[in-house]
Amino acid sequence: MNRRMAVAVLALAGLFISLYLYLYKIGKIGTLACGTGGCETVQLSPQSRFLGVEVALIGVFGYVLLLVLAVTSLQPKFAGRSAPLLGLLGASAGAFLFTLYLKFLEFFVIHAICRWCVGSALIITAIFGLSLLEFRRAGSPTA
Amino acid sequence: MAKKAAPPPSNPTRFYAILGGLAVVGVGVIYYLVAAPKSISIPIPTTIAVSDTSGFRGYLLGSSAAKIEITEFADYQCPACQSFEILQFDVVKRDLIDAGKIRWRYRDFPLDPIHPNARLAAHAAACGDDQGKFWELHRAIYENQSAWFPSRSATGFFRDYAKTVGLDQAKFDECMRSGKFAGRIQASLNEGNALGVSSTPSFVIGGRLYRGAMTSDSLVAIAGRLAADSTK
Repeated sequence: MNRRMAVAVLALAGLFISLYLYLYKIGKIGTLACGTGGCETVQLSPQSRFLGVEVALIGVFGYVLLLVLAVTSLQPKFAGRSAPLLGLLGASAGAFLFTLYLKFLEFFVIHAICRWCVGSALIITAIFGLSLLEFRRAGSPTA
Repeated sequence: MAKKAAPPPSNPTRFYAILGGLAVVGVGVIYYLVAAPKSISIPIPTTIAVSDTSGFRGYLLGSSAAKIEITEFADYQCPACQSFEILQFDVVKRDLIDAGKIRWRYRDFPLDPIHPNARLAAHAAACGDDQGKFWELHRAIYENQSAWFPSRSATGFFRDYAKTVGLDQAKFDECMRSGKFAGRIQASLNEGNALGVSSTPSFVIGGRLYRGAMTSDSLVAIAGRLAADSTK
């Protein structure tokens, strides 16, 4: 399995985590399997919305985008073309920065840790790292 | 940096099999979580929105013209609160509330660390209030405290009591799932904390806090004294 395949698998896993958190937020799932109680504290905090949109829903769409970009970059007709890889790098970099912002909120504003959010953060970090490595391997698009 | 052609997928068939398998498992788990009977827990909100209370002061019983108000801070899972409800409250209701001498105000004060079902019970009662049957469900929850006290999933008990007192089951279930009164319960707890409540039941009468269970005789005596003072 190459790096872009790994990114696609990770994005799908992250998609389900985000979907799980979003379904909890809209009341479709009774409780969160968390163990610490921190998940509910985080999910019910004012910071669980960003610009009026549920952060978990942003995660759902973000992971769908990453999944689509990763799978697209694997298609033979895109072989040797840099656009999908550039898109994957840009999207994962944006997601990584957003994740850093969310971790800051958890540690310093909400003062609670949600294990599912940590899982998502690890996935995003891995996706960003793999995308960066893949982009460097493929070479600069402007070179 | 020289531009290299992207390598072909190392094993597309295996990759799509893994991706498809993961998708099937994920969808299955999500479907199960949404469709399965839910063990409900009521969240503890960190902030209280205006809409959480919107003028709600507590569950009131008695004439709004009564000059004396007694506020009870109680926890549904607290045995002393149950004793008060079962053994004392009927007399208080007959001699003070129904007689128009006092107005009763019930406030939730769930002691979460020692009573894990208290907040859920308070939310069930709030859902009873949502259908105009707070006091009926409130009583049923206290009367059956020993049954649901040790349960790890008490929602089913409260559901049964809701049915017994005549609540619309579907509306009650939806109310419990939504957790929509979580903020109201937390606001009640915050009010108690601000007043110095540390145990249940506690009573606020005439601006003074009385900690611990009281007898109906004590309450009648205090109410009588306050009424006499107010006429001086």
